[in-house]
Amino acid sequence: MSDMNDKDKKNQVDPKENSRREFLKEAAGGTLSAATLAAGAGALLSGSNEAEAKATWGEWFQKNYRLMTDEEKKESVDRLEKRYSEEYGKKTTVDSVPAQEGVLFGYALNIQKCIGCRRCVYACVKENNQSRHDPEIQWIRVLKMEKGNFLEENMDKGYPDKPGIQVGGNAYQNSGVVLEGEHYYEPEEVPEKGHFYFPMQCMQCEKPPCVKVCPVRTTYREPDGIVVIDYNWCIGCRMCVSACPYWARRFNWGEPNLPAEEMNPVTHYLGNRPRMKGVAEKCTFCLQRTRQGRYTACVEVCPVGARKFGNLLDPESEVRKILEKKRVFRLKAELNTYPKFFYFMD
Amino acid sequence: MKPIIRFGIDSFLYVIRGSAMFYGWLMFLGFFMLLMMYGAYEQFTNGMIVTNYNDQVSWGLYEAQFVFLVGVAAAAVTVVFPSYVYHHKKLKEIVVLGEMLAIAAVSMVIIFIMFHMGRPDRLWHLLPVVGIFNWPNSMLTWDVLVLNGYLVLNMVCGFYYLYKRYVGQEVNKSFYMPLVYISIGWALSIHTVTAFLVNTMPSRPMWFHSMMPIKFITTAFAAGPSMIIVSFLIINKYTKLKIAEEAFDTLSQIVTWCLGIAIFLGISEVVTELYPSTEHSFSLQYLIFGKHGLSGLVVWYWASVVLMVTSFIILLNPRLRRNLTFWLPLACVMTFAGIWIDKGMGLVVPAFIPSPIGEFSEYVPSAIEIINTLGGWASGLFIFTLLAKGAIGVLLGDVKYSDKWNLAGEWQPVVHSEETSK
Repeated sequence: MSDMNDKDKKNQVDPKENSRREFLKEAAGGTLSAATLAAGAGALLSGSNEAEAKATWGEWFQKNYRLMTDEEKKESVDRLEKRYSEEYGKKTTVDSVPAQEGVLFGYALNIQKCIGCRRCVYACVKENNQSRHDPEIQWIRVLKMEKGNFLEENMDKGYPDKPGIQVGGNAYQNSGVVLEGEHYYEPEEVPEKGHFYFPMQCMQCEKPPCVKVCPVRTTYREPDGIVVIDYNWCIGCRMCVSACPYWARRFNWGEPNLPAEEMNPVTHYLGNRPRMKGVAEKCTFCLQRTRQGRYTACVEVCPVGARKFGNLLDPESEVRKILEKKRVFRLKAELNTYPKFFYFMD
Repeated sequence: MKPIIRFGIDSFLYVIRGSAMFYGWLMFLGFFMLLMMYGAYEQFTNGMIVTNYNDQVSWGLYEAQFVFLVGVAAAAVTVVFPSYVYHHKKLKEIVVLGEMLAIAAVSMVIIFIMFHMGRPDRLWHLLPVVGIFNWPNSMLTWDVLVLNGYLVLNMVCGFYYLYKRYVGQEVNKSFYMPLVYISIGWALSIHTVTAFLVNTMPSRPMWFHSMMPIKFITTAFAAGPSMIIVSFLIINKYTKLKIAEEAFDTLSQIVTWCLGIAIFLGISEVVTELYPSTEHSFSLQYLIFGKHGLSGLVVWYWASVVLMVTSFIILLNPRLRRNLTFWLPLACVMTFAGIWIDKGMGLVVPAFIPSPIGEFSEYVPSAIEIINTLGGWASGLFIFTLLAKGAIGVLLGDVKYSDKWNLAGEWQPVVHSEETSK
């Protein structure tokens, strides 16, 4: 606590903020959680250097991004740009471009083409400033699926033996998309014989269960259909992590480890700006790129062209053509989450 | 001086004075609370990486305590309900102790929620008006409302009753009784909402069934009164307050039938899931038999089954159930432990195994998690000890309002029954 107060004085927090802090303190006071809360706040707020600490104080009192006025947004973005630039030693921009009119983003993935090389996984990590280790965070996971291995010798096997088999000997044989996937495969070469690959990431559901369960509305759907997170408003309750049926959300269990030389300085407030410990994150369809008319990093890097991206409202877009011409499916459609991420085959 | 202030001072002075054993008990708890301070410091400075939580199993030991303790808190109603609805005289005399237990249990719930949060410093985002409260959409906001409401109700009912006893007046029924009836309904709501918090996520098939709320309530009304019985037996032994056998009889019957229903519901769940053995039963298969070579919870699950079934058999026998020296406390401890496993780790962890993409991975709590959990329980017992001691003082008339009151004159060591008997 004393440490926190020292820092507070040094940084000359303005009196308005101070009084608000006092108010919050009082509001918490008297309850059992006060001591734990204060300890937690003190610990979390004591940054290693001055600039960081100053920015942290400012960030601590800011509103939820969606409710900020344009000036407040600018103030917040400026603060972050300054902070990241100092922290990572390079000029960092934090974009706040809103959703573009007449655009609803959609994604289509050709599972026939995917070879499981995971270039998308690493391009995503590089583009989106994920923590590289402890915790290692990747937004895309590529599952290895079995094509099935049915054996003649199992035809008569199964149980019970007599007077008739109820469970055949070729039961429990995985084949096709079954979501019991192996996603740690490390072969010499891909694709492997007898397998195909099934990449998964945030499906940007039109009816996202993660958004519904969030108690503080820090995660919400933007007009262009992207489910975003205000990392500065997230309280780390992980309801969204539990509620996501696609295992798309990741949590910063510790302070993210993002080496300065690997940091991507072109960021968006709701997208790939560096995160802090204790908050959730996930794929945003690279909104820092796509809102500027570019492709996502995973689409760009895919060597076989399995990944397609575009505007679902534009009949001429690639993704709309796929919906029209190909047989597509959505994953776990029975959950009524209405993903805007479609799978298809040629 | 105003009686309300004197009530505070008198109770405080009564509570802080006790025998060597009393201080010893508090210091024992204090040791674990100090450990928790260290654990909390580690967790809040380094983040939740000091726990063994991970992207696959993102809830664990803390949430297990949270769910279980909400049930203990709700179980205060097993004392309140017979007292005021069936006018059970013997329970009515000590109804306030149930409320004190509820306060202590909700306090523990709050501690475990703090440990659950990734950003406890941002908890103010959850405050209505100042922050954003995603109500009624988010189940968690419902939980915040019902738990805090329950805490306030129990504090108001409990302390108002004690204050009236202290000043030697009857409670104002038109104020008190409506609150009592509200708190009875409210007690059910806290555990129901906690069940809805977990069972409304189809992404976790093991939780996704409508039996959850009623199973929560029956297990709560078995584990909660078990704890109440044990604490009443301790109170009978170590304080001058004597709780009548009829009170134990009623409570132990509640434990028996709720435990029986809980076992029945458990069997129903297992049969429903395992008969068709769809993918959605993998979590339960992992819990009960182990799966893909992972079997961390199997021993715990069967221990819980043995504990619950054995104590049910003991409790079914009226002679054993009325044996307050051995069989009843044994059955209560077994029930409590069995349900602590069943509705704690046995409920929370397997729901994350396998993950939604079918990955099986195991979770074992870290040392920091364990000391924080022990500390959380110690804090709750510490609070309950002090609250119960104060309440007993008032019930006994040791703490009461008198016209000629001076602070110095009241400073006498409190003599306990066992010491007088020596």
